[in-house]
Amino acid sequence: MNEELYPKVYLYRRIVQSKLFIDANFSENIDLDCISEQASFSKFHFIRIFKKIYGKAPHKYLSYVRLEKAKELLKEDISVTEVCFAVGFDSLSSFTGLFKRSVGQTPLAYQLQQHHLKAETARAPLKFIPNCYAGRKNKSK
Amino acid sequence: MVSRMSHVSVYVLDQGSAYDFYVKKLGFQVRTDAPMGPKMRWLTVSPPDQPDLEITLLPIVEGMIFTKETAEQMRKLVKSGTFGFGVFECKDIYATYEELKAKGVEFSKAPKKEFYGIEALFKDDSGNWFSLGQKK
Repeated sequence: MNEELYPKVYLYRRIVQSKLFIDANFSENIDLDCISEQASFSKFHFIRIFKKIYGKAPHKYLSYVRLEKAKELLKEDISVTEVCFAVGFDSLSSFTGLFKRSVGQTPLAYQLQQHHLKAETARAPLKFIPNCYAGRKNKSK
Repeated sequence: MVSRMSHVSVYVLDQGSAYDFYVKKLGFQVRTDAPMGPKMRWLTVSPPDQPDLEITLLPIVEGMIFTKETAEQMRKLVKSGTFGFGVFECKDIYATYEELKAKGVEFSKAPKKEFYGIEALFKDDSGNWFSLGQKK
């Protein structure tokens, strides 16, 4: 591929690097200082550019990644407390509060709903497949 | 009157590998993952901002849709990059391009300004190609 460099390529690479740093280290005790260090920008400049590119300030993006990972883990047989600490929160109450504000239900209610959905998908998978494919699947048995 | 599209299919060589590509690299969300027998599952994913469009990652295996012969032909065509399945949009194409490249996604065209917007081209893990666009 003939790669032409676009404007501000080095700036983009540094911001993307910091985003990937959050994606890889969200479960650790990371803060804005370690994240902005990845991009080698001053904190203020870093927050401004990060927000412009990703639509969220870095600390909000970190919370978003933690909550998305928590949603994934809650689908498994892992307790809410274990999930809270596994994704990098250090307090169960702040995790529960943030989760409820973002998802609209408590982590436990979400987990019960997801476990029910998983059991139902395993019990009657054709219920979750559009008619034409479900029909073909039945015919090909 | 047809009002909306709910599902679109992309034929993939291996559903496990496609899961990794679409979920772990592109950041799509799993909508349905239901067992459909030993060789396939009903696996659908959606771009994060478009949860009501499910992209079905259909394996090319003999049975439900393909005969043994057509499955072999289809696998060859997909592998050789015959099919372009659509256009994905993003808010910042340069950041998306750098991120996907860092994750090992293969691009055949780096972001370039065209008369319709900025566009890049990439392939999924099976060989299907997509346009990545940012509107003007």
